[in-house]
Amino acid sequence: MAGMMEPARRESLLTALRVGSGILFFGAWQLTAMSHVFSEFLLPSVPVVAERLWHDLVSGDLVSGIVLTLIRTFIGFALAAVGGIILGVSIARVPLVRWFFDPLVSAGLPMPKVAFLPIFMLWFGVFDTSKILMVAFSSIFPVIVEAWAGTQNIDKYMTWSAMSLGVNRHRFLWEIALPAALPQVFTGLQVALPIALIVDIVCEMQMGGEGMGGSIMTDMRFADSPGVFAYIVAIAIVGMVLVKAMEITRRRLLLWHQETQTA
Amino acid sequence: MSRTLTLETAARRGSLIPLSTRLARALIRGLPLILVAAGWQIAPSVGLISPEALPPLSAVATAWWGLLMDGSLASNGVSSLWEVTAGLGLSIVVGIGAGVLMAWYAPVDAIVSPLMKSLYPMPKSALIPVMILWFGLGAGSKIASIFAGCLLPVVLSSYNGARGVDQSLVWSAMGLGASRRRVLWEVVIPGALPEIMAGIRNALAISFILMVAAEFLVGQNGLGYLISFLGDGGVYDAMFAGVLTVAAFGFFADRVYLLLMQRMLRWRE
Repeated sequence: MAGMMEPARRESLLTALRVGSGILFFGAWQLTAMSHVFSEFLLPSVPVVAERLWHDLVSGDLVSGIVLTLIRTFIGFALAAVGGIILGVSIARVPLVRWFFDPLVSAGLPMPKVAFLPIFMLWFGVFDTSKILMVAFSSIFPVIVEAWAGTQNIDKYMTWSAMSLGVNRHRFLWEIALPAALPQVFTGLQVALPIALIVDIVCEMQMGGEGMGGSIMTDMRFADSPGVFAYIVAIAIVGMVLVKAMEITRRRLLLWHQETQTA
Repeated sequence: MSRTLTLETAARRGSLIPLSTRLARALIRGLPLILVAAGWQIAPSVGLISPEALPPLSAVATAWWGLLMDGSLASNGVSSLWEVTAGLGLSIVVGIGAGVLMAWYAPVDAIVSPLMKSLYPMPKSALIPVMILWFGLGAGSKIASIFAGCLLPVVLSSYNGARGVDQSLVWSAMGLGASRRRVLWEVVIPGALPEIMAGIRNALAISFILMVAAEFLVGQNGLGYLISFLGDGGVYDAMFAGVLTVAAFGFFADRVYLLLMQRMLRWRE
């Protein structure tokens, strides 16, 4: 049925449904809270949480928490992105590097990296350095793997044509290999960013030091449930915005690529 | 084409290559791991790194044996395993059911799927404090965290898998007189299986992250608790042994799952 509708009407209907589902979600939350099946402590009502969110927003606590979390996440993520791309491309192109890192990467990829957190605390303390490095360590693996696969799978004909046209190694890397690998590299980055955020929040919950993870644990320890729920909502919104931003960046960055043009 | 393919598979499985060559290859492939292990042993022993910061591998191995013998590895391992099994198992059952139903019934889809897509990127670790508020400091809050964190990846992959099932297969099954229920069980779910299994693999990785993180925060038992307890107490050789155990646990769980996945999807070729 939906397929037969004209695109504009269909789009507005979809938007209405999206908004409607949001209303339904908060409505269900509010009704459950009002039914007093659960105590107000276990499930604070929507207005209470919204008021708390507004209060934290006006007082500046929320903004400083978000900023702190995002700074740590982004620095760690940037380290993982740069290191992961360099390592992934080198693994694909230099046999000796591949020999050394192949078993390490395939052993490290499925490991739960959070388990290394106490080691990072031992080596780098409980402040920003250990959190940032922990974020980088946890999110680097998908970047390495995708950059490696992306560079490895470059179209042979493209490589051969470039070589027969006399392109040197340096230009080949920058003008052929990296652009051709970009879609897959970006996929790696899209996998890595949510991991970076998850791990940064775990680090803040475990080591303290403010940020959204630190604040939510503080509220939990004081049994301040509206505060915990307010932070959950805030963290969910931050996660949503980051993932959306990555999707938009991908479309911009890959404007020339088939995937953008066909979609 | 198919002939060369089978030869290639045979070569990959190694049946055409002599054992000695295969052993040599495995050794060359595994050598970097041995080098890292040797570096780990030598660097702290000769004083390149303080043994406080990095206990030599032999000390870690000894400490691991100690943990194994005094039963702390077994008792904490069992509670971690229970949490992962219960949380992940529950999320698989509920997730597949919800995902397939969403794909099968359009009205459910219209309401739930935008909600699910906007909640999907939520950093799952943030749910742990709420679960502690709800279920207290026991296994319940850890299982609930794992369940909540793993649910959406399973729902989303089942939903995508079920929607991606070839419509002509559904129509022909119906045309041949199969009931909706049979089509669901015998066409839609098997057709969605590859994607469902990939989603579960994703959820498996998430379940380990949440298991460790929740055990750091909730304490009392579990491998995550064990390593953070040993770290706080300054027993670093045992702490490293614990970290390696959890890492190996996660690695082998993924490998075993991968084997299971290949086995279950073999009919697709």
